[in-house]
Amino acid sequence: MGGSLDTTDESRSTAGATTRSDHPVVVCLEDVTKIFEDAPAVDDLNLEIYDGEFFSLLGPSGCGKTTTLRMIGGFEEPTSGRILLGGREVTYLAPYHRDVNTVFQSYALFPHLNVFDNVAFGLRRKKLTKVEVARRVGSILEIVDLPHYEKRKASQLSGGQQQRVALARALVNEPTLLLLDEPMSALDAKLRRQMQIELKRIQSQVGITFLYVTHDQEEAMTMSDRLAVMRSGKIEGIGSPRDVYDSPSTEFVATFLGASNLLAGTLEAASGALSSVTLTDGTSLSVPHERVPALAGSTTLKVGVRPEKISIGVAGTSVPAGHNALRGRVRVSTFTGVGNQYLVDSVSGTELTVYAQNIGQELAPRSGDEVVLTWPIEHTFAVVPMTGSNDEESTNDEE
Amino acid sequence: MSVQDRTDTAATSRPERPARRRRKLGRFVLPTYSWLVIAYLVFPIALMIIYSFNRVVGGLQQVSFSWNGFTTQWYRQWSNVPGLTSSFWLSIRLALVSTLIATVLGTLLAIALVRYRSNKFRGKVAVEQVLFLNIAAPEIVMGASLLGLFVTFNVARGFLTLVLAHVMFSIAYVTVTVRARLSGFDRSLEEAAYDLGANPLTTFRLVTLPLIMPGVLAGALMAFALSIDDFVTSNFVSGTAPPFPVWVYGATRVGIPPQVFVFGTFIFMVGIAFAVMSIVLSRKKS
Repeated sequence: MGGSLDTTDESRSTAGATTRSDHPVVVCLEDVTKIFEDAPAVDDLNLEIYDGEFFSLLGPSGCGKTTTLRMIGGFEEPTSGRILLGGREVTYLAPYHRDVNTVFQSYALFPHLNVFDNVAFGLRRKKLTKVEVARRVGSILEIVDLPHYEKRKASQLSGGQQQRVALARALVNEPTLLLLDEPMSALDAKLRRQMQIELKRIQSQVGITFLYVTHDQEEAMTMSDRLAVMRSGKIEGIGSPRDVYDSPSTEFVATFLGASNLLAGTLEAASGALSSVTLTDGTSLSVPHERVPALAGSTTLKVGVRPEKISIGVAGTSVPAGHNALRGRVRVSTFTGVGNQYLVDSVSGTELTVYAQNIGQELAPRSGDEVVLTWPIEHTFAVVPMTGSNDEESTNDEE
Repeated sequence: MSVQDRTDTAATSRPERPARRRRKLGRFVLPTYSWLVIAYLVFPIALMIIYSFNRVVGGLQQVSFSWNGFTTQWYRQWSNVPGLTSSFWLSIRLALVSTLIATVLGTLLAIALVRYRSNKFRGKVAVEQVLFLNIAAPEIVMGASLLGLFVTFNVARGFLTLVLAHVMFSIAYVTVTVRARLSGFDRSLEEAAYDLGANPLTTFRLVTLPLIMPGVLAGALMAFALSIDDFVTSNFVSGTAPPFPVWVYGATRVGIPPQVFVFGTFIFMVGIAFAVMSIVLSRKKS
């Protein structure tokens, strides 16, 4: 859990503040729907990706992210909707007529060709001269840090090297857009972290727009300028990793992207910039008005706060101004080195997770201690309670 | 506890001795069995090769199985029997042409069978059944029915009818072999080729075909071998010029010229050469 905390800090410093809406749109999906058999894999999707950005589609398996990527690559045709690439409609265009290249999940290196011929494959289709092909292959192998590997067969390379070759083979064509379909999934954790940094470096070096598909939220946050969280063929949250992390728009996003404490409550009248939410036990919490989602008639919602935003203090500690407070009792206290992790049973009945960083001034409440949890109001968000496949199933059972 | 231990050790040590004996026996049985199988398979061929060097006594030039002394006469005079030589060349031409046609058609059929599900490929199940029938049906039935067909439609029997018949019985073998190779084929390799700007034809030429080539070659070899030694069907559909096996069969009634053994030895040696080549090639790859 400490790891995911670290990455959010990193992404904040590297990619947090970029807004790219002034850049030209490279890919535009308009009302794209893809139906397999009878179930929609992608459901009325709208998406714009801007020039030069590193964009991630994030979601659990079966959420439609890979289908979306395959439609942009030309390997699947949408059931309805339009796909535009650099302003030109490509919805039903064959993959070999699109200025898009793909890094496949399995790498799909040609096993009968050596590294040079693999990388040169796309250039040779464009009828470039031998000299030009050799020059470009050489320079891209330099960029992916695989010089002098030209004569090797794909089977003689390690997983990480194969991935670099797959990347080089796609990048050497200098496409408008590079699609990456979970390229890290076959690598071990250490190599994966290394390749994340490498991939980010390569992207900034070549300046090509990347569309990255992954189910790994840490990976998506580490690398992306912007990301979209998908569920059941729809986008549930989109923006910079920091925006999506700090102001998740749905319960799914709040729990899928990092950890969240969610407390059920009802929305009371707003006063100025703050809305007030009453929890089941009567505790009142404030939420910035702009973070309260549209509720469509109902007043039930969930108030959320990230575990690392909460300060833990002994019962009776005064609550600073502009903070929310919640009383509770520590159930489990764990020392993790970088900090302490607490599981706190709150008075509202919900269990909360709290991370406190080890900065040398440790109060360290023990299990059984009465505590007060406080956090700044600006770090409070509210989401509509999840209605998803699970809920539908349970209603079916009742019938 | 100690009693338990003792029974445990006794239980484990007891079956150890028979197991060891069994292993010793196994070390002896398997090689013996293997050599017996090899001897059984090779003996007739070895006999043929040996007797291709046999001197012939008496006026008629025909093989006899009494050893009269070593000679290379039949190798020097390999083409002295006109009917035999022309039937051999006919067989070679027939095998080459029918292999080429059967390999192309069989490979394309295998790709179609692997690629398309029966909702897109109407009649796929029927094609699969016919392929199986084609392999399983007795050759005598196919030969006889082909003869009936050609006679009914008044097709003159000759090279054309031979090619038609040979393509017909080898196509299923090619399809089965290529299909086995294709079943492990990673479709994303073709998608990668499309992705890199190769149209379907280029993709087939540069990616699919090279990767299934071992299967295609194996299928072609099988088709060639089937064609070159086919007797039953060929006997029905050949015209006045019989292919090699049919000619040899006809010759047995009047006496086999020793050159038949020379051609037999030659065909066998070519087969051996192919087998050795394929072993060397596969060793080189791994």
